[in-house]
Amino acid sequence: MYVAVKGGERAIDNAHAWLAEERRGDPSVAELSVAQIREQLALAVNRVMTEGSLYDPDLAALAIKQARGDLIEAIFLIRAYRTTLPRIGHSRPVETETMLCDRRISATFKDVPGGQVLGPTFDYTHRLLDFKLAADGEAMAAQMAAPRLESTPHVTEFLNKEGLIQTEDRSEDTPPDLTREPMELPANRALRLQALARGDEGFVLSMAYSTQRGYGNSHAFVGELRIGKVAVELDIPELGFAIEIGEVELTECETVNKFAGSKIEPPQFTRGYGLTFGQTERKAISMALVDRALRSKELGVEMSNSPAHDEEFVLYHCDNIQATGFLEHIKLPHYVDFQSEMELVRKMRAEIFAAQHKEAAE
Amino acid sequence: MSDYNFAYLDEQTKRMIRRAILKGIAIPGYQVPFASREMPMPYGWGTGGVQVTAACLTPEDTLKVIDQGADDTTNAVSIRKFFEKTAEIAVTEKTGDATVIQTRHRIPEEPLGEGQILVYQVPIPEPLRFLEPRETETRKMHALEEYGLMHVKLYEDIARHGHIATSYAYPVKVEGRYVMDPSPIPKFDNPKMDMAAIQLFGAGREQRIYAVPPYTKVVSLDFEDHPFDPSKADHPCDLCGAEHTYLDEVIIDDDGGRMFVCSDTDYCAGRQAKGHRGRLSPTEEAAQ
Repeated sequence: MYVAVKGGERAIDNAHAWLAEERRGDPSVAELSVAQIREQLALAVNRVMTEGSLYDPDLAALAIKQARGDLIEAIFLIRAYRTTLPRIGHSRPVETETMLCDRRISATFKDVPGGQVLGPTFDYTHRLLDFKLAADGEAMAAQMAAPRLESTPHVTEFLNKEGLIQTEDRSEDTPPDLTREPMELPANRALRLQALARGDEGFVLSMAYSTQRGYGNSHAFVGELRIGKVAVELDIPELGFAIEIGEVELTECETVNKFAGSKIEPPQFTRGYGLTFGQTERKAISMALVDRALRSKELGVEMSNSPAHDEEFVLYHCDNIQATGFLEHIKLPHYVDFQSEMELVRKMRAEIFAAQHKEAAE
Repeated sequence: MSDYNFAYLDEQTKRMIRRAILKGIAIPGYQVPFASREMPMPYGWGTGGVQVTAACLTPEDTLKVIDQGADDTTNAVSIRKFFEKTAEIAVTEKTGDATVIQTRHRIPEEPLGEGQILVYQVPIPEPLRFLEPRETETRKMHALEEYGLMHVKLYEDIARHGHIATSYAYPVKVEGRYVMDPSPIPKFDNPKMDMAAIQLFGAGREQRIYAVPPYTKVVSLDFEDHPFDPSKADHPCDLCGAEHTYLDEVIIDDDGGRMFVCSDTDYCAGRQAKGHRGRLSPTEEAAQ
């Protein structure tokens, strides 16, 4: 006998309790602290801050702990929290030229003013599992160099002085806010960059990769990649001047791309731009490539119908919180719709069988 | 709960949503873009409906939440709890007692009246989306009232299958102007959309709100020689005997035995309380 299921509420409470228990894992193993995650899983924290659009390493670490290491779930927790926060004001644009660089490399020049600084990178590590880490090996202390005090000029500026790269016009317009206004297409570049910065690392990476493999052709050089801290300043109307309210760590990538030009207009290189929180260079480089791909129309270069050049395709599908929500919602009950579909299929099948039967009889 | 504003959203956000709702009511069937917020439940779980409900609720309201027609499905329970916690409003399972009803995939069987608001959760608000994936194009098509593509699709269905092959989210035309997606309700429910209550549709991920004001003409698209057919399973309810309600098919044994029961659990329970019986109803003695 069918009994209407009553008990959804109890089932939910029990599921939550079980989830909390699973999150903790074996209680005989020491519990992970938020500070440990912040300090030792810093790249995961950076990704959560970038795609969550909130610079707060402690909250990002907490979200990772609560999400059991599922970074998309952690990003979701941060986004849901962020949306409840009041807006106090807008910071001034950060000046990345004054960044205190931990890492700063250019692939387009052998050496540049300010120098090539490798910084803490995986680039030249041999990917061999380090079993000392499993045995609680202590890290060797790194040697310290004197910090560079003067600002570090952008590599693309050297190209710009010679007119070799297309100039970016300055704008004093307040950029649109994707989280406060519905997205409208066509989007301007500020809105596109905003969407890409919040976009899923895997999605943006694959889109960028597709442009390199031939779905589009905007061959990119990493003109410069820099990682470090910059000051954030806020104008205080009561004071009449800006004060520094803190600093954030950023990764900035500027690409130098295939040139455009004609017989009349002298050829010039073009640019792509990526900016992300923390050390997140895979994302920043990917973002720069996709930014450049999405500019092909405004720059009047390589027209292509490939996915990475399609603004609507990229912007509507890069957000992993939207994507995962809609994808996973198909596990919610759909039996009413399925029932209607089943009735229709049964009806159509019955009609075909009846027709076949009639034919056979004749 | 004092940590959050009444019904979770801040007043500025609710005002923004109410403006979108009013615009939607002023232009029946038109999809109004709105700045959908990130809610503490995932996209796809009814974030659009939740935001619309939050913007409509007052402390005096009584809320009912259904999913698949039932009050006790997990997500209906979860959304009802969310508003009990953040708005401390009264909740009910009785359709007639509710002032606001949030629904996913069904319209209640009991006719709704003036003074009631039905809030639909909408996954894809654009009825033309699977014919034309670009939003920039579909908005133009609505503006120009260019719905030929939809009629071609329905015609091709008939040519290929002998039927219009859409059984839920069946497109409607609202007040002779906009073609609208009624959300994934079974087409059985479409005729009910001519109603006395306000119908509001919220699509959170897609950032759209639209509406059907009371007593607005809602016509399911069809052809003269293939009229719209709001079909349902050809059975009476096995618990209350109703022959006019939408039914769920439940598999009850390993041999594929099945029973059919009302999808609207409140309506079915109400009928049973009035003494209606179906094929598999418990006998009077067993019930006592």
